[in-house]
Amino acid sequence: MSSDADFLHIRGSQDIVAVRQVVRARAMELGFSLVNITKVVTAASELARNTLIHGGGGTATVEPIREPGKRGIRMTFDDKGPGIADITRAMTDGFTTAGGLGLGLSGAKRLCDEFCLKSAVGTGTTVMISKWG
Amino acid sequence: MSVERIPILKMGSTLLVSIQVDMHDQLALQLQDDLTDRIAATGARGVLLDISALEIVDSFIGRMLSNIAGMARVLDADTVVVGMRPAVAITLVELGLSLPGIRTAVNVEKGIDLLAARGLDDRDGNNRDVVGR
Repeated sequence: MSSDADFLHIRGSQDIVAVRQVVRARAMELGFSLVNITKVVTAASELARNTLIHGGGGTATVEPIREPGKRGIRMTFDDKGPGIADITRAMTDGFTTAGGLGLGLSGAKRLCDEFCLKSAVGTGTTVMISKWG
Repeated sequence: MSVERIPILKMGSTLLVSIQVDMHDQLALQLQDDLTDRIAATGARGVLLDISALEIVDSFIGRMLSNIAGMARVLDADTVVVGMRPAVAITLVELGLSLPGIRTAVNVEKGIDLLAARGLDDRDGNNRDVVGR
């Protein structure tokens, strides 16, 4: 984690709003277009809610990333919840264990450029996504 | 502690809701309940939901919009969602949500026209299901 990263706890639905606000502010600083700001904030909202509902709460880290000629944002959502037993199913549109629409993971992946999911049953789940501006 | 609520305004036989806050999930659920109660209590025939101030619509808020339209329909009221920002529309579709069964209009004025057209055609005995599409 770089020194200019934001670190947030996700314990309630107000914290999802806080994550959205931080991601929005960071994406604006980085000069993201309005559509890309909207996409990255929406993806953050989906993943923060997953952390809360499926992971029983956790943390979000938001940091700027840089590569030659481009700037972006990386977000990492971490929980110590029950983990995901079948990642392939969890990534399928419409698959839900919480009565939702089943679009959280798959939708967030579509809205971003890079997506990495690590999960172990009984240990927790980490989702890392990046979007270039 | 007072309960946070989104105001519901009654204009004739239409209920008008303008969402002006960054909605957390509990607030969305509260609105769903309040609106259903108000439709039943007032016999409103139309619901106008102004989301022009919403910077994102994620799957949770999308589901709330669908739920409201569905419950209003059962209570014999039509719902029109107005003012969705273009960046929000682009993001919603990429997320995987196309809001089936929800009527939309670009602004409040067009939304009122849509609801009014339904009312007129109802009196003429036309099939309401095809009105305003």
